[in-house]
Amino acid sequence: MKSKYIFLFIMSALFAACSSDNNDDDYTPTPNDVENLTLVSEISNDNHTIEIYTKTGMLYTGHNNISLRVKNNATNAYFSHVTFDSWMPVMQMTEMSHACPKTDISKIENTNALYGMQAVFQMTNPDASGWSFTFNYTINNEAYTAQNTVEIWQNDHQNVTTFMGSDGSKYILALIQPENPKIGINNMVVGLYTMESMMSFPKVANYSLTLDPRMPGMGNHSSPNNTALTYNTSTTLYNGDLSLTMTGYWKLNLKLLDSEGTILKGEDVTDTNEASSLYLEIEF
Amino acid sequence: MKSLLACIVFCFCLSSYAQNIPTNTKETDTTEITHLSEVVVIGRHKLNNYKQEKALSSIDDYLEKSSKVSMIKRGNYAWEPTINNMTSERISVTIDGMQIFGACTDKMDPVTSYVDVSNLEKVTISSGQQGSQQANSIGGNINMQLPTPKYYNTGLKSSIDLGYETNGNYKSSGLDLEYSGNKLFLAFDGIYRDSDNYKAGNDQEINYSQFNKYNLSFLAGYKLSEKHSLEGQLIYDRATDVGYPALPMDVSLAEATIASITHKYQSDTTLIRKWESKLYLNTITHIMDDSQRPDVPIRMDMPGWSDTYGGFSKAEFTLGAHQLQASLNAHYNKSLAEMTMYPNDPNQNAMFMFTWPDVRTLYSGFFLKDSWRFKKQQRLEFGVRIGYHNNKIGNTTGLESLQIFYPNMSDSKSRLLKSFSINYVLKHKALTHNFGIGYGERAPSVSEGYGFFLFNSFDNYDYIGNPYLNNEKSFEASWTSGFSNGKLDVALDVSFFHIKDYIIGEIDPTLSAMTIGASGVRRYTALSHANMFNTALEATYKFSKTFSANAALGYNYGKGSGNKKLPLIAPLSYSAQLSYNTSKFSAALQLNAHGKQHEYSKAFGEDQTPDYAVLNLNLGNYMTVKANRLVLKYGVENIFDTLYSTYADWNNVPRPGRNFYANVSYIMF
Repeated sequence: MKSKYIFLFIMSALFAACSSDNNDDDYTPTPNDVENLTLVSEISNDNHTIEIYTKTGMLYTGHNNISLRVKNNATNAYFSHVTFDSWMPVMQMTEMSHACPKTDISKIENTNALYGMQAVFQMTNPDASGWSFTFNYTINNEAYTAQNTVEIWQNDHQNVTTFMGSDGSKYILALIQPENPKIGINNMVVGLYTMESMMSFPKVANYSLTLDPRMPGMGNHSSPNNTALTYNTSTTLYNGDLSLTMTGYWKLNLKLLDSEGTILKGEDVTDTNEASSLYLEIEF
Repeated sequence: MKSLLACIVFCFCLSSYAQNIPTNTKETDTTEITHLSEVVVIGRHKLNNYKQEKALSSIDDYLEKSSKVSMIKRGNYAWEPTINNMTSERISVTIDGMQIFGACTDKMDPVTSYVDVSNLEKVTISSGQQGSQQANSIGGNINMQLPTPKYYNTGLKSSIDLGYETNGNYKSSGLDLEYSGNKLFLAFDGIYRDSDNYKAGNDQEINYSQFNKYNLSFLAGYKLSEKHSLEGQLIYDRATDVGYPALPMDVSLAEATIASITHKYQSDTTLIRKWESKLYLNTITHIMDDSQRPDVPIRMDMPGWSDTYGGFSKAEFTLGAHQLQASLNAHYNKSLAEMTMYPNDPNQNAMFMFTWPDVRTLYSGFFLKDSWRFKKQQRLEFGVRIGYHNNKIGNTTGLESLQIFYPNMSDSKSRLLKSFSINYVLKHKALTHNFGIGYGERAPSVSEGYGFFLFNSFDNYDYIGNPYLNNEKSFEASWTSGFSNGKLDVALDVSFFHIKDYIIGEIDPTLSAMTIGASGVRRYTALSHANMFNTALEATYKFSKTFSANAALGYNYGKGSGNKKLPLIAPLSYSAQLSYNTSKFSAALQLNAHGKQHEYSKAFGEDQTPDYAVLNLNLGNYMTVKANRLVLKYGVENIFDTLYSTYADWNNVPRPGRNFYANVSYIMF
């Protein structure tokens, strides 16, 4: 990992040294774009290399914040004006293939050449295989394609779940926040997507989710002052308060209600029913 | 003057009024009748008084003899003292005026457990606002006084104590060295105690009732001049492997370091008669663990720390018929406790929380007392204390934990605490009367204000603190009367407390218990009021110079608003003693008994405690061996091996059965 940084640093230092006589305005001298990020993998075609970054250097099942930048293989410089026409994460299974919920790729503010997107990987193979990314992008009015496999690892905890609602639709629910849970009241954010087709997973608006966090290891201890997760029109995600009284393993029991208040999935936790069939997990 | 100020700033020492110094005897006589304070003399410094049955009794045993005090027992060690049936939160316990606070969230380490008899000269118990001299409290004060250096030029004196008790195979030993010069005083003492499980009546072994501890104390005094002296004191106390049969956890370590330096000024001729200034610090580490328990729902560690820094300066003046006492004191305490639970599934992360979120308490206060002898046999006493009290949460995670329950709470809370008292004292021939009224306030304790899921095994509930609690306010009235004609002594003591905003935990059905198996969660809140009434009657009759009889009777009552019975109120108690004393031999037959507990608080986990009576026999021999003194004490406690527990025994754990004990003390001059 360290050698990668050193490499990047040396590379950028080299380019900085000859920047005065380089007129290519795609040239980006700053290495700070990827500060605090770690390279996950590279996808190359004849002209360019797309470097994929996350904070941890890994992609996991569940919600991922992904960053990327495009390198000119000829000059090793990074392009600051790339138009991503589309990208498609696809998981190849034995008899079929499917995509996952994702956002479009856009330039990250206050960076020179860094682009970002989010994706929710709902599953993977135990050896992290199965997924490939395809990028269609335009640089200087010329269209390019790059494609390769990426490793996506199984998260230790259920931070994403796929289920059939009582309305017959298939849904994907993913935990987005808290990324770093704390003892106290956490801002909880989840994304809710419906599976329109194997390749299309639009967000669902105006539903709601009840929240009941429990510690199965502590006699199903619960916490007070949790709120239901409600739809936020500006983020198009669902927000609520999640109280965690201690560190450890928490099961976040949920019930999904549509805009009419009909229960689509999940049950109340009671003395006889230890957990809802719809839940997410946190351990910290 | 400059050097004096410098001394005050840089020095600390040990206080306690030098009642042993002959020039002060007169004053001592007059103050004793005016104080409601009860003095329990303890410590080997007074050993030659032959006052105690056992030279190496614990402080707890001594305190229990006071009619004002009862001890709540969670095991055979570290009992929690109560005054007027009020527990730790409502009373103050000080060591020579030094503030010190236990580090255990479950009250397994009352302050009294961090000193030993070898450290102390005496313990002063003051009821109600009489105790405001030391701190703001409701129920009273226990001040444990350390010995005062004496510049008698008597040279080296040493003593050795050894003790053994059959019940629990309890061994104790003590060593005491003391050097007294003209200007220099040095003293060292050490004590070691080790006990296995004790057996209750009928040979029933009480598991997890063992303990082991030692205590070391150093005292140095230097007389700068006739009027000025400097003193330094260091106490180190360490208990390990302490079992608590009434609780689900034990203690692997309870450790305290208590240090102080004092400057003292004393003069009979100047306006200021006495002036004492002290700087002190103490630090406590308390580690609870359950590694000795075979069956627990979940393994956990619960360490706690309490550090206190403080100082005071107090002076006594005489202005005509007025005797004035003024003091300024301040202290800063840090209380932090945490809990880590280890899930039964080893793949899961440990569960961690702050049970005391690093609460910083800053207190500064002013106390003034005027004792006005307006007639020869009558005096009025006025006392007032004003204190500023601030709590601040030093740990962000701790604050955010509590904000789960109180989303808008801030990290800081300040309070003004007020107290005053008036006493009228009349001495008429053989009769002494004292009538007093008082008003006092106290701030909630760290647990009451900021506790986070503190499990109380008494009522089986988890407790959550409440930072919004009001000050608890007490209106009190007291009456004591005494008759003494040399043959017959009779004393009656009555006190009444009306307490507003009485802090207590109430069930919050919306909250989910944290502790596995707990019945639910109680949140600290306040009853609009509570009334407490305590009375004690004691009589001693001397048949002859050597033979006397003593009897005592106590009755207590406590009820909250809404007719709620308060927990831990003593039932009718009585005791009797026949004593025979000569200079060579002593014998005492003691009866201690409680009536059936008619009034008990079911809501707070109490059940009815049946009546009991136990009989003890104490004997002593006093010999002189080559100008040294040998004291032998021996006897039997609970002669009939009665199986019993008292209302103050946590979860009804039975008290020790029959116990033979022997103590030998050798004092070398």
